[in-house]
Amino acid sequence: MATANPIKRILSVNTSGEKGGRALPLGRQLVLQIISLFIAITVMFPIMYIITLAFSSNPSRPSTLQLIPTELSTEAFAKVLDRPTANPVTFVELLRNSLVLSLGVGAVSLLFAVSAAYAFARFKFAGRQFLMLAVFFVILMPGVGLATPLFLLFNGISIIDPESGQVIFNLRNSLLGVGIAMIAGALPFAIWNLKGYLDTIPKELEEAARIDGASHNRTFFQIVLPLAAPALAVTFFLSFMGNWQEFTLSWLFLNKPSDYTLAMTLYNMTGQYAQNVQWNQFSAMAIIVALPVAVVYIALQKQIVGGLTLGGVKG
Amino acid sequence: MAQLSLGAQPRKKSGNKADQNNLGYLYLIPAFIVLLVISFYPLFYQLLISFTDFQTKDLRLGLASPALNFIGLENYVKILTGGLPVQDFDFLRVLVFDLWWAVSNVILHVPAGVLIAVLLNTQGLWFKKIYRAIYILPVVFPPLVVATVWRNIFDSQYGAMNQALTAIGSIFGAAPVTLRWLEEYQAPISFLLPGVPLVWAYYAMLIANFWLGWPFMCVVATGALQSIPKEMYEAASIDGATGTQQFFNITVPLLRPAMLPAAMYGFTTTFNLFGLVFFMTGGGPARATEILVTFAYDLVKNQRLYGAAAAFSVIIFIVSTVIFLITNRVTRATESYEGA
Repeated sequence: MATANPIKRILSVNTSGEKGGRALPLGRQLVLQIISLFIAITVMFPIMYIITLAFSSNPSRPSTLQLIPTELSTEAFAKVLDRPTANPVTFVELLRNSLVLSLGVGAVSLLFAVSAAYAFARFKFAGRQFLMLAVFFVILMPGVGLATPLFLLFNGISIIDPESGQVIFNLRNSLLGVGIAMIAGALPFAIWNLKGYLDTIPKELEEAARIDGASHNRTFFQIVLPLAAPALAVTFFLSFMGNWQEFTLSWLFLNKPSDYTLAMTLYNMTGQYAQNVQWNQFSAMAIIVALPVAVVYIALQKQIVGGLTLGGVKG
Repeated sequence: MAQLSLGAQPRKKSGNKADQNNLGYLYLIPAFIVLLVISFYPLFYQLLISFTDFQTKDLRLGLASPALNFIGLENYVKILTGGLPVQDFDFLRVLVFDLWWAVSNVILHVPAGVLIAVLLNTQGLWFKKIYRAIYILPVVFPPLVVATVWRNIFDSQYGAMNQALTAIGSIFGAAPVTLRWLEEYQAPISFLLPGVPLVWAYYAMLIANFWLGWPFMCVVATGALQSIPKEMYEAASIDGATGTQQFFNITVPLLRPAMLPAAMYGFTTTFNLFGLVFFMTGGGPARATEILVTFAYDLVKNQRLYGAAAAFSVIIFIVSTVIFLITNRVTRATESYEGA
């Protein structure tokens, strides 16, 4: 699959015939290279655009098209990493909110999902199909669909200071509330995803352990969980990625700027409330938000795509 | 989205059945308690609210609010007949646009993904690995970032798209392009979808989502391509089949079992693609690019018509279920192809 030494390939082009049929004729190679390069340019176009803006010291939008940075100013990054918006919130606080939500929701939904997924993958019991359908129907509901009832229900849960009569804590207007609402969407997906993986793990090891006298719980903790570790990692990351980018619920629920997440801030920097968009700062922020997930996604690419299409391919 | 495969696992005889039964429930209990409280109950509550005129005034007391009226199916009727007190509201138009939006995207993404995967699978192509690494980049960017970047690109004054078009046009002596991609009300091709104007913003979104969507299909197609034995092509070429013949008689049929579920997954995702639409056009101009989920969000976030929003969500749920049942059936129907 990997190309051998390109020079050798060019040299081997003319020794055609049946045996050398694997080598690509030079003319065709060039045509395909031009097409591939063109596609690469279209892919890189928006990315280069944002990188160029991010490293520019000029906050206004460029009036000419620039796709290669002419300067490497870190001014925008420095500003964004300090205090991204006019709100009195530092980058570190926003990062903390994003991390707390992403890691917390990912961890909690994984914790609850894994045993449920195991039950669906390995046990046969009355009502199994009905319960699986119940989980699946929550997945079918788009995230926005659960927003209204959760907003209304959580809005009714407050702690009121008995002396002043002021609301000290409102579940709707808190990171905790957003986190719980996000779990409502993340947990069914995690159950479904993990069940798909567990189905592919051969049962023989568990059966051997059972024959050797291990209890179901012991088999689960000592055989299944270690075997499922890669699946757990991918499921956690998928959840993390979704939570890291989560916008709809947090934007609907949260009012206090000190609770804002990075994704909300990014929207804030260019959305309806931004009078003068600082384009270099927005671009720098976009890169900062995108980079962590991008790196991990590329690292886990095979497992993620495999997992998403698993059900379909194996039928 | 995962495939729905409810077939019970074939069980081995080992172990006590009754014991297994109870343990199965035991493993389910933690997750189901959580789901009951934060998913199932809210869904039920949503159904309840959808029969009321729940508004901001009822926020504090909820269902106990004395001002709250049960109005039966009025919310549903209003939504379906366009009677909501919301500007430019037409449910049927939004639904048709949403379906068209999903279809037109998948129709573009799948062939492009397959063709590019085939291109990259060419024996002896140089720099394959570099291209593969570059082509995956759109998948890894958060939609929020992608959509905002593209909105910027389609800006009428400073956007890169108009600048690029102007640069190309100037070679032929054309005037500078100042297309108002995201604001123009007029549909450039008015007859394309009768009754539903496809404004320039739709095409801008289509371009942005094409950039975003084909790489995923390409990754899926690449995986499937690599599982096709090379001997098949060798045998075909010995028999004198041309490259085109090989593509249509070997590649396409063998890719189908992998591409169809991917296409259905893409359809469902695109149908509810909140991020791109919300961040790029916000549903505008005049709600011409609104899809169901962005509309529901507007109803609860800005209009604060909680009762109507709940009814709208229930409708979305029904539509999503119907779409799922259809796509699942389509995928299932072609599954036997592999075994045949």
